[in-house]
Amino acid sequence: MSAPTFLLDGRPVAFAEGQSILQAAVAAGAYIPHLCFHPDFAPHGSCKVCTVRVGGREAAACTTRAVAGAVVESDTPALNDERRALVQMLFVEGNHFCPSCERSGDCKLQATARDLGMTTPHYDHFYPDRPVDASHPELLLDFNRCILCSLCERASREVDRKNAFALSGRGIRTRLIVNSRTGRLADTDVRATDRAVHVCPVGAILPKRRGFATPLGQRTFDLKPISAVADSSAEIEEG
Amino acid sequence: MDAPVRKLRVATTSLAGCFGCHMSLLDLDEGLIGLLERIELDRSPLTDTKEVGECDVGIVEGGVCNAENVEVLREFRRRCKVLVALGACALNGGLPAQRNVLSLPLLLQEVYRAEPGAEHGRIPDDPELPLPLDRVHPLHEVVRIDHFIPGCPPPAEAIGAVLGSLLAGEARPLDPALIHFD
Repeated sequence: MSAPTFLLDGRPVAFAEGQSILQAAVAAGAYIPHLCFHPDFAPHGSCKVCTVRVGGREAAACTTRAVAGAVVESDTPALNDERRALVQMLFVEGNHFCPSCERSGDCKLQATARDLGMTTPHYDHFYPDRPVDASHPELLLDFNRCILCSLCERASREVDRKNAFALSGRGIRTRLIVNSRTGRLADTDVRATDRAVHVCPVGAILPKRRGFATPLGQRTFDLKPISAVADSSAEIEEG
Repeated sequence: MDAPVRKLRVATTSLAGCFGCHMSLLDLDEGLIGLLERIELDRSPLTDTKEVGECDVGIVEGGVCNAENVEVLREFRRRCKVLVALGACALNGGLPAQRNVLSLPLLLQEVYRAEPGAEHGRIPDDPELPLPLDRVHPLHEVVRIDHFIPGCPPPAEAIGAVLGSLLAGEARPLDPALIHFD
């Protein structure tokens, strides 16, 4: 018997029992915009950028189970307007100054914004006063760019087995913290080779001394929009 | 004989910017020749005119960092039918906005008192100097903006595309391929 399917924007997508809509879409190479989802980790359902319309209501595709015969709408003007607003809110809540960020061109927040046709952050900026943790010999931790996706937390716990990161607080006070006695990254056993480091979709966790190995304009999403990158969830390595 | 086409009157200015966006406008190169047959410049660093007249389009580079920036921006909004925010600083404050998490007195102390070379240790207070704002603001936090062109600087093609769509009397969204935030 062939695998069950649902319809994503009119095209059939096969899925395995228990998969979410987004898991199935990513596995099939179909693009639904997302930031906090990664196929290797349990869904977090926090960024809501993967919101689709299914069964007459909106739901996060990463936390909604695929059902045979379901009709899922994703690439619609209304949903993309909502996604753009979510991404704009992420931009104004942090300090995202792309020209001075080493991750520019490889950043999924930036690439998603471009793909959604975002030209302005639209909302009033928070300009939050967030620290930079440069204590680690190999890594820079810039809280200004963190979008609270929790991928580093999940990777550090589930793959690296180090529990080095966590989200603390609630609502607008939610922030990324480092699980060491001092709160500094240098006082954890995090290494530059850890999955938690490489899974960061933005420029919050960066390796030191690797600046601009690939010039701006020639990076992953400069060459191809994120919607056309075969595995939109894959970690993007510079160079 | 066709009636002469009225040229679009365009004003440009740089507020808390570096003129890099204006350089990018000049990067339209030979495209400028055709463009200048269809637009005429009002106030602009390119004409050195100091007052802005009644315009079809105003193009503003840079964020808003002092009282004079606010005045100029509001004047542009009053005089221009369509206002375009050009470049990273106009959109999110950019590099000048890096001071936004620091207090203004602390900054002035640090720049003018702690550094012996500048102004002989005195914070400049000439009445002609515009007062700095406590924070640098993107343009859209001060006036309504009609079109945004991101980039540091925006690619010349993006500026050309927006001007082209305004000349055609359309509001075409910017092609994502021309959207750059760096």
